[in-house]
Amino acid sequence: MGLSDTQVSINTSFTGSQILIFGAVKREAPIRADAPLHVVITVEGPKQRVTVRRKSRWFGVWVNTAAVEVDAAPSFYAVATTAPLNEILTSTEDLRRKISINRAIRSVGAPDTIKDSSGFTDAIVRIRQKENLYQEMEGDVKLDQQTLFRTAISMPSDLIEGEYSVRVFLTRNREIVSDYKKTIDVRKVGLERWLFALSREQPIIYGLMALVIAIAAGWGASAAFRKLRNW
Amino acid sequence: MQIYLPIAEVSVNAFLLLGLGGIVGLLSGMFGIGGGFLMTPLLFFIGIPPAVAVATGANQIVASSFSGVMTHFHKRTVDLKMGSVLLAGGLIGVAVGMVVFNYLKSLGQVDLLVQLFYVVFLGSVGILMFVESINAFRKSRRIGANPPTRRRQRNWVHVWPFKMRFRTSGLYISAIPPLMIGFAVGILAAIMGVGGGFIMVPAMIYILGMPTKVVVGTSLFQIIFVAAFTTLLHASTNYTVDVVLAVLLLLGGVIGAQFGTQVAVRLKPEFLRVLLAGLVIVVCSKLALDLLIQPSELYSLSASGKD
Repeated sequence: MGLSDTQVSINTSFTGSQILIFGAVKREAPIRADAPLHVVITVEGPKQRVTVRRKSRWFGVWVNTAAVEVDAAPSFYAVATTAPLNEILTSTEDLRRKISINRAIRSVGAPDTIKDSSGFTDAIVRIRQKENLYQEMEGDVKLDQQTLFRTAISMPSDLIEGEYSVRVFLTRNREIVSDYKKTIDVRKVGLERWLFALSREQPIIYGLMALVIAIAAGWGASAAFRKLRNW
Repeated sequence: MQIYLPIAEVSVNAFLLLGLGGIVGLLSGMFGIGGGFLMTPLLFFIGIPPAVAVATGANQIVASSFSGVMTHFHKRTVDLKMGSVLLAGGLIGVAVGMVVFNYLKSLGQVDLLVQLFYVVFLGSVGILMFVESINAFRKSRRIGANPPTRRRQRNWVHVWPFKMRFRTSGLYISAIPPLMIGFAVGILAAIMGVGGGFIMVPAMIYILGMPTKVVVGTSLFQIIFVAAFTTLLHASTNYTVDVVLAVLLLLGGVIGAQFGTQVAVRLKPEFLRVLLAGLVIVVCSKLALDLLIQPSELYSLSASGKD
């Protein structure tokens, strides 16, 4: 198995990235026509704790009335397969390996007052799918001669830094027969890296720097304009 | 041209940000407002995370206010003494406001509170100003050549103790009302994440009786310090000030503010007030509608730290 990039660098002009994932199936037995091989590929970003809030009408205005804390939801998640997921994977395997998007989100118990906690996890998936942070690409993995597979995953520009894990599962008769794992490192570089680090490690200096820039720009513009008018 | 913002962690069009900064800067220079109440909702709209929008907005306000106030200094339309008194009240207000804000945050309803504050304050200020300035506008037309009658009646502002002379404003009033106004605006500024100009400008005109000409410069002067204080507080506690975003906004903003101040001196003060009132009412209605109309997405997400 191979990746087109093992590192994604976020610089000032970063607008997203496309990762090619490809590989070959090592053969130990002849191809069996009765039980074809399928491929499932997942890419998962660092997990975050997410608070999901729901609005409802309260004295005529829409306000947040319910909240569920989801312990770990991946900041990015893509599943690409050779065929619809439920046709190539049993739900037991899915549950065990946490492959489909809904399984990848871990939510431990909502408060007792909330009965429909699944509505909240569904909301994460729905909102993040709209932003292309969660992608379900059934049938997007090409598998040639039951041996060579490849797919392309496009990552949007609003990525979180960290290690992204790439998993490849080979399935036969809806059971996983083999799996591989690799990681992609997503890192800010250059100016982005420096500013981010400064803002966390020296917040006061960073804040003062922001103010100095602001005042210099304000003063500079007004001085420049006065020159222009007198000139 | 897309550009990636290191703190906001999103990529946006640089020219869009320059344009936004320019428009808000123009209004800021015209009306003596920091423009925060416009900038913050606009940033939400283009997809900047709310916390970053509020904090970076404050930083941008420092720049456009500074640019605006320099021009007013040269025109001698800044009442430094009045500004300092307002500022003293303002800084105490910001500190108190931050405490209130963090307390409400722990209760979990801070968004609603901020929105309600916006609607109530923008709404009442906007409508009051609109009615008053329309009347003033009509009167100035009808009488024509007559100079506007100066309100010289003595009210509580003149009667209270600790009287100070504010030469630039031509006032001899107690120092307590400006301190109180500064304090109240400071609290609002901290809770609403704005400079508070849109409340201070009317308060200076209608409560203190300052001439409109001086109000704008003095308000900008005070806002610089309140916004700078807010920026530092956000940078050191929430790490949400995005310098790259701020630079783009303020490049547009300072240029806009220069044009705004030029426009302001050419327009009639009554007309300027009608315009500001109209603007405040439009923003307020938009926020009120958001609260009243059923949103298309009932759920919202907020990442609360890495796992």
